[in-house]
Amino acid sequence: MGRDYRYIGKPAKRRDGGQIVTGSAPFLDDLRFPNLLYGKVLRSPHAHARILSVDKSGAEALPGVRAVVTWEDIPDWRGGTPRNVRVLDKKVRYVGDAAALVAAESDAIAEEALRRIKVEYEVLPAVFDIDAALEPGAPLLYEDLPNNILPGGTPIYGPKCLKGLVRGDMEQAFAEADVICEGSAGFENIPNALPPEPPGAVAVWEPPDRATVYGTSQAPYMDKVSLYHVFNRELDIRCIGHHVGGSFGTKIMCWQVQTYAVILARATGRPVKVMFSKEEHMTSFTLRVGSRVQAKIGLKKDGTITGIQGMWLVDSGYYSFTTQCQVAVGLAELELFAQCPHWDLKTSVVVTNRNASGATRGFGGQELNSSFIPVLSLGMEKAGLDPLEVIKKNFVKPGGGYFWRNGEWYDYRGIDFTKTMDRGAERFGWKEKWKGWLRPTTVDGRRRRGIGVGIHGNADIGEDTAEAYIQLGYQASATIFLCAAEHGTGQKSNYPKLAAEVLGIPPERIAMTPADTLVTPFEFGPVGSRGTYAIGSAVIRAAEDAREKLLEIAAPRLGAPAGDLDTADGMIFVKNRPDKKVRWSVLGNDRTILGYGRFEQDFTMCNCFLSFVELEIDTETGKSEIVKIVNATDIGRIIDPPGLQGQLNACWGSAGIDGALMEETILDPDTGNILNANLVDYPWRPFPEIPDVENVILETPFPSHRFHAIGIAEITNAPGPAAVLMAASNAIGRWLFQYPVTPDRILKALED
Amino acid sequence: MPSRNTVRLIVNGKPCELHEGAGAGCFSHSDSLAYTLRETLGLTGTKLSCGQGACGACTVIMDRKAVLSCLILTVECDGREITTIEGLRNPETGELDPLQQAFIDHRAFQCGYCTPGIIMTSRALLDANPHPNEEEIKEALSGNFCRCVSHYHVLEAVRSVAEEGA
Repeated sequence: MGRDYRYIGKPAKRRDGGQIVTGSAPFLDDLRFPNLLYGKVLRSPHAHARILSVDKSGAEALPGVRAVVTWEDIPDWRGGTPRNVRVLDKKVRYVGDAAALVAAESDAIAEEALRRIKVEYEVLPAVFDIDAALEPGAPLLYEDLPNNILPGGTPIYGPKCLKGLVRGDMEQAFAEADVICEGSAGFENIPNALPPEPPGAVAVWEPPDRATVYGTSQAPYMDKVSLYHVFNRELDIRCIGHHVGGSFGTKIMCWQVQTYAVILARATGRPVKVMFSKEEHMTSFTLRVGSRVQAKIGLKKDGTITGIQGMWLVDSGYYSFTTQCQVAVGLAELELFAQCPHWDLKTSVVVTNRNASGATRGFGGQELNSSFIPVLSLGMEKAGLDPLEVIKKNFVKPGGGYFWRNGEWYDYRGIDFTKTMDRGAERFGWKEKWKGWLRPTTVDGRRRRGIGVGIHGNADIGEDTAEAYIQLGYQASATIFLCAAEHGTGQKSNYPKLAAEVLGIPPERIAMTPADTLVTPFEFGPVGSRGTYAIGSAVIRAAEDAREKLLEIAAPRLGAPAGDLDTADGMIFVKNRPDKKVRWSVLGNDRTILGYGRFEQDFTMCNCFLSFVELEIDTETGKSEIVKIVNATDIGRIIDPPGLQGQLNACWGSAGIDGALMEETILDPDTGNILNANLVDYPWRPFPEIPDVENVILETPFPSHRFHAIGIAEITNAPGPAAVLMAASNAIGRWLFQYPVTPDRILKALED
Repeated sequence: MPSRNTVRLIVNGKPCELHEGAGAGCFSHSDSLAYTLRETLGLTGTKLSCGQGACGACTVIMDRKAVLSCLILTVECDGREITTIEGLRNPETGELDPLQQAFIDHRAFQCGYCTPGIIMTSRALLDANPHPNEEEIKEALSGNFCRCVSHYHVLEAVRSVAEEGA
């Protein structure tokens, strides 16, 4: 199990615990700004319309209104991939699209001002789903986007960005197969990850061309980068992060609300706050992508997948910023699960007249896997294969490899997860409970139980660049300069632990700077479970660099080369001669030691997470209930035991397993209105209904950083939905291909 | 409702008088209690999330009962005694309420946004029923939305205080 550490793996209190439980942890809406104005967005009632005119006079005449801004008042600033969506446009493309912005002295005045703006629309026909959008002659969302299909690939993943998986020889693949299955399934219900804190921003304007943005994003440095490009490289943006009231990957991009705040601050010369209401959060902040797979898959009797052919259609809503990224990562993640040589899997990203999709944990892979596994299940049934055996056979192992999101090939140098799979199965009782496809585990009158298993892996644990500085204090203390906003994972309490191990001082003596782009070096943001390996590595290297500089300074004082020195508890000493020592204060209080750490992305390892689910279905009412969930993973080394448990327990929340059982965003097919954009109508699991969850956690050292750990949190939602669909199908003895498994779907399947 | 231009409250043990109007220290008839606490009195520990009484983030204790401050108008609160998350500490010693300490010790939060509401709901439960069983704790918290899934750790924390009989 490797050596014992002083701080790593030991439960410690969260550094912000005292603030959290007393209500003094600063979230964006808790910050106070002098002279603040309140910004609001006038939202379109139409799914697709041209704005013919806007009469602002009524709003402008209202006392307390400081600015009313429409598309005519701002430069042609754009976001999106490609950059085709104007911040404010003369066209609206979904119910809720921004038609105008208002800043006023109070929330109430801003609200009243919205009511006094008169917009004349020319309503256009709209397309609400993939089929309608792709129909020949369908209304176009963008005139320069034929067939409503976005170009594949994204510049940020480079010129070879994965747009599909096409390699090998499909004829050979199907010739080698013992069974071939074909089918279609979708994950199109758009379960909303739904963090409790809505997205928002405060912008403070500094003429002529600077703004400071206080945001709700967990990735302030990337906000700076994306806003710089949205504002056509005309504005200099500083971003400051705080406590984030949940994100689940969604708040990695808050560019629209941030942009609105900056525009209003620029128009008024005063600080402006724009906080979305919960309804705006659910109608106008980015949603999960819609996913539909049509696939033909070859399988051998021993469980080997020989080839995968098909089409993955992705519904991005009215624009994409990250959808092509999600396609690339999703495809790559499917390769981790299905290590086969023959591929012909193409993709298409479609725009529709609903609110846009964006980043959410699972990031393409959850949606693809949840659509792909139900089709693969048909083949597993045909070949009489236990899904656990197929998972064990095909998941990446040492000797394997894959094209990752950037289109580059990576030889896998991670661990073999077979033990994880076996240990999870054992704890769940898989062998005893598995009765074959479409067979319930038990039948008790009208109650039938079924089981399912899902798996997910992600090599994004080493994605993107991370940088950190560590400054040493002469009284044996340190400060980590890192652009990280605490969004619930507890990583801001973990980085000091990593640095503490390197520097030999307690974590309590290590401070962290705020997440402020004026102060810290570049950091991409905690996404894709990269917090532990990528960000952790930058912190560790910064600590090592600072430590080396410290020892070099002490070397002449101790009459020994720096290489012969060590440090612990604020003392620097000659190895094997602990009596020959000096204090860190040898630095003097007039000197700054600054260590620098940088991590370059590395896709040669992945994490792995399995969810085993047992469901009980009442065949009279159609209601499904979770009997038990067992999760299994190997994360190399546990850094923070209670934090890890929390992240694994989250397998059912924020649109994970519950995204297959009950959660969905319901779009009115006639008007494009979201019908359940509030926490009364959107279903969520209350305390009395929490399921029994067990987590099996292994610690096989990874060749990651010096503490051999990797991250896992992003994917703990990902395998659950497919496991639920499998369990429900097995319980009722009928194939289900749609999410969520609501009572009406169950009853309908039982009737057919 | 009779028109009222002054509201007298006791907030976290301190008397507080608000007059109708616009400006510092004033209230308007449309102000919710959550708005008054956060924006007028600066007590931002009470969180706003759904604004429709569905998620429990804005829970405070009013006359010993857990209430949703986003659904109550300030003008209705004359003569009421209100405790917010800021008022749970012992005012003399500054010591945390045992529940607050238990939430730290049992790591009963992740992002922490819903935590003040969950602690206030739990406090009201324990004040009314110092030794609730598991089902009673869950039932009391059934209106509190926690998306990070800290439910299991929250139950441990509340149970630990209930068992100690605080």
